[in-house]
Amino acid sequence: MANTQSMCTSFLGELMTATHNFGVAPTRATTTADAFKGALYLTTATINAGTTAYTATGEVTGTNYTAGGVTVTNATAPASANSSVTAGTAYWTPSASIVYTNVTLSTAFDTVLIYNSTQSNKAVSVHTFSSQTITAGNFALTMPTNSSSTALLRLSTT
Amino acid sequence: MLINTIHGLMDDSLLQKKEGVIDNEIELTTWVEYWLNDELVHRSAHVTLRTSPFTQLEVAAIG
Repeated sequence: MANTQSMCTSFLGELMTATHNFGVAPTRATTTADAFKGALYLTTATINAGTTAYTATGEVTGTNYTAGGVTVTNATAPASANSSVTAGTAYWTPSASIVYTNVTLSTAFDTVLIYNSTQSNKAVSVHTFSSQTITAGNFALTMPTNSSSTALLRLSTT
Repeated sequence: MLINTIHGLMDDSLLQKKEGVIDNEIELTTWVEYWLNDELVHRSAHVTLRTSPFTQLEVAAIG
């Protein structure tokens, strides 16, 4: 046997569930999962890694679209998997498609921001896709497979 | 089949249907449009995400 420098894969998964606190953390009123939402943004918006929270600036507007977007279904807790003695991945994927029903979004959009509506709308991730408009129709975002290599959110060490 | 349009429900026999696919490493997207003469009266899209942001973490050596 030998020891191997590494970040523990269990820690990666625990980052996703707020188990560790190296600084000043928000006070949690509950031990249940937070609520997450998905908001759509115009192709002209500036939503990226520097985005810290949901913003209405650059968000789509249109018939049957509510500012802030829709709730992201979260029925599957984050998971983690070791791939070697030095590497592992923690991952999470919404458990259902994100669907905007019977909307009219006439100005082109290409981005969804996932954010935590329980924790002051803090930003989680930004996902881009081909430019779209919707006319009296549905816009559905189907998630990738929830695995260590394809999940929507992945934290990894190598 | 009835289609939801900007003019309410319309029979698809009255409309021209257009469909498309975007297939790349980021997404598989399908879209469908219904046109009444030169007017777009319905458009839906379905994006299946294939890739996503990937965050890599590192641990530093001591000594």
